[in-house]
Amino acid sequence: MQNSENTLFGNKLGVVVAGSLTHGIDVRLDGTASVEDMAVGRYVTIKGQKRRFFGMITDVTLGVVDEQINVSPSDASDPFLSEVLSGTSTFGTLHVLPMLTIGAGVVGAEDAPQPVKTIPSHFSPVEVSSQRDVELVFGKEDEEKFFIGTPLDMETKICLNLAEFVKRSNGIFGKSGTGKTFLTRMLLIGMMQKSSAVNLVFDMHSEYGWEGQSENGYKVKALKQLFPDKVAVFTLDEESSRRRKVSTDAVVRIGYDEIEPEDIALLRQTLNLTEAAVQAAYQLARRYSGRKWIQTCLTLENTEETRNVLESLHIHEATFGNLRRGLESIKRLAFLSEKSGENAVDRILKYLDSGMNVVLEFGRYTDLTAYILVANLLSRRIYDQYRERTEKALGENAKPPKALVITIEEAHKFLNPAVANQTIFGTIAREMRKFNVTLLIIDQRPSGIDEEVMSQIGTKITCLLDNERDIDAVLTGVSGKNELRSVLSRLEAKQQVLIFGHSVPMPVVVRTRQYGSAESLKSFGWLGGAEKSKQVEKDIEDLWK
Amino acid sequence: MGEEQRVGEVIEACTTDFTAQCYELYQTPPLGSLVKTRFEAQGADSQDAWLYGIVYKAETASGDSGRRPIARGKNEQDEDEIYRASPQLLKLLKSDFSGLVVGYKSGGQIFRYLPPRPARIHGFVNLCTDEEVKQFSRTFDFLNILLKSRLEISVEELVGAALRRMGQVYGPEKHSFMVLAGKELATLLSADYAQLKTILKGLKNDAKQ
Repeated sequence: MQNSENTLFGNKLGVVVAGSLTHGIDVRLDGTASVEDMAVGRYVTIKGQKRRFFGMITDVTLGVVDEQINVSPSDASDPFLSEVLSGTSTFGTLHVLPMLTIGAGVVGAEDAPQPVKTIPSHFSPVEVSSQRDVELVFGKEDEEKFFIGTPLDMETKICLNLAEFVKRSNGIFGKSGTGKTFLTRMLLIGMMQKSSAVNLVFDMHSEYGWEGQSENGYKVKALKQLFPDKVAVFTLDEESSRRRKVSTDAVVRIGYDEIEPEDIALLRQTLNLTEAAVQAAYQLARRYSGRKWIQTCLTLENTEETRNVLESLHIHEATFGNLRRGLESIKRLAFLSEKSGENAVDRILKYLDSGMNVVLEFGRYTDLTAYILVANLLSRRIYDQYRERTEKALGENAKPPKALVITIEEAHKFLNPAVANQTIFGTIAREMRKFNVTLLIIDQRPSGIDEEVMSQIGTKITCLLDNERDIDAVLTGVSGKNELRSVLSRLEAKQQVLIFGHSVPMPVVVRTRQYGSAESLKSFGWLGGAEKSKQVEKDIEDLWK
Repeated sequence: MGEEQRVGEVIEACTTDFTAQCYELYQTPPLGSLVKTRFEAQGADSQDAWLYGIVYKAETASGDSGRRPIARGKNEQDEDEIYRASPQLLKLLKSDFSGLVVGYKSGGQIFRYLPPRPARIHGFVNLCTDEEVKQFSRTFDFLNILLKSRLEISVEELVGAALRRMGQVYGPEKHSFMVLAGKELATLLSADYAQLKTILKGLKNDAKQ
């Protein structure tokens, strides 16, 4: 690779000619380096006098020393003339955003990369970053670091520190069809392998637990197929799971008595409820002492008594009608039952405690009402339990529960400014790691997410975004925002992501690693058929030893 | 240009240029050639002190400036017949050439700026060998002297001629030599694209691979 790098660009790209810490550095390209070989997002190392600077190309421009050249460009079409002029009279300029400084310039005696606080001096040579530099910055694959992909045009592995990653809430953003699902699958596998956290995935489109389909139409294995001993699939829709031949571990039923007015409040937009109707839900719940309020509301007859009750609670008849229509549409969800029988939350918790990761499939209930209702309802209870247990652990010096990462899709429906304060996800995102619960938010419309929540997200992984507001929302509060913006909007539609935040030392554009082919899956630690049976035989032998 | 070849003798010299006379009529070195002659250096290096010049002008005229040649060939069929009929002409006419000083060699090292002293009168002028031309043209600092010169010949012509001559010794590497030289010119002439263009167009044909 080192060789091919040399032949492609030579090592030296150019020299620093201007710049500032806030706006980045201008690098004049040498004649030998072609502008066309440059790409935004690529790494360069600038050799300053005292230390090396590690930066990212954020823009490429063309310049001429004499305007005359632009006036008569036809002269320069001659091959000899253009060869002479390129790099001298006409030249390319790179705009580089320095991110980190490495060492004191002595190769071999490097200390950890530090954020930049100054810029390299004039005429410092600029080179394409070597593998070694990239490794130094992003570290090697190890116990905690997960290989997520390679930088553009390099073979070096970029690693995410997943042990750090799960300590904050994180986000995966990108337009529809840019590879969010593949990326999430990969990250989930990574978290299973490299961190002590367990995952709870609210799988709206049933694609994380059992196999999903890629856009090309071939089937892609998912978590349960790859790691059956680490993943449990729960389903809300038994029939759909059975049709897809998914081996499920449990069917989740939710009782009416488990639904609380807060859940209804969250569904206000999807159920088309008025603010008054939501208030009425709270009042009725209080009146009918919590648990049974939904059934009671649904069975209230239009009698004198009912009218009296409503009057005493100052609920207008139309408001009640509105609430009741909303509740009726919830009632149509088949996974709701009068009584849940078994408490789904406890069961999920039991799996999570034993270190199993839980994927909850929604089957045919892909509408938002069901998703928001179930995700919110379960998460709140799980969070309460975690809170209780963490507090107890603090008091009794006991072991706190396993760190939990909750994955939610269509996050802007839970975390938009109107409801972020009410949903449990808003709370988790804000108070996050105190109680060992964090979120993995997957969304295609980040501008819809509450700013406060966005600002608390630790690591953001974004695929291509092209809406101005979405880009703004994702980049809020990041230094070098304008430079990153041009990088972000020029990502390729597939397999390229920009990662920045808590778990990477600097923003990084990554070509994500392969996921899907048998070979690529093996690199994730999956044992294919033959190896699997070998492993089993060996395990049995070991048992008898 | 293989062997070191004597082409004349210095008859006039100053810091920036020198004029030499050829031993044979019309045997002036081509325009742009790199020539060398000794100069007065001090110390131990005096034996090996050479001064380099680029031929910018050649002239053939009557040896006596008061007597102009007259036309003689009215009844002759062939130009050469004139010289055969009047062999004294070869002695009466003189061919001179002038070199612009572009650097010197002293103590085995080549400097591409003006030497401390001018050339010696009656110093022999030799054409540089291919190897010397290559050594001298390893860097292009001398181009600046050519570009800044104020001579009868235009700067564009002089630079073009010099580079074309030098290019000949590079064989297959001629193209890259021309490109490198062109790039140096482009830097020096960054403020004058028109002049740069004129020179480069003159080099274009020689730079063909």
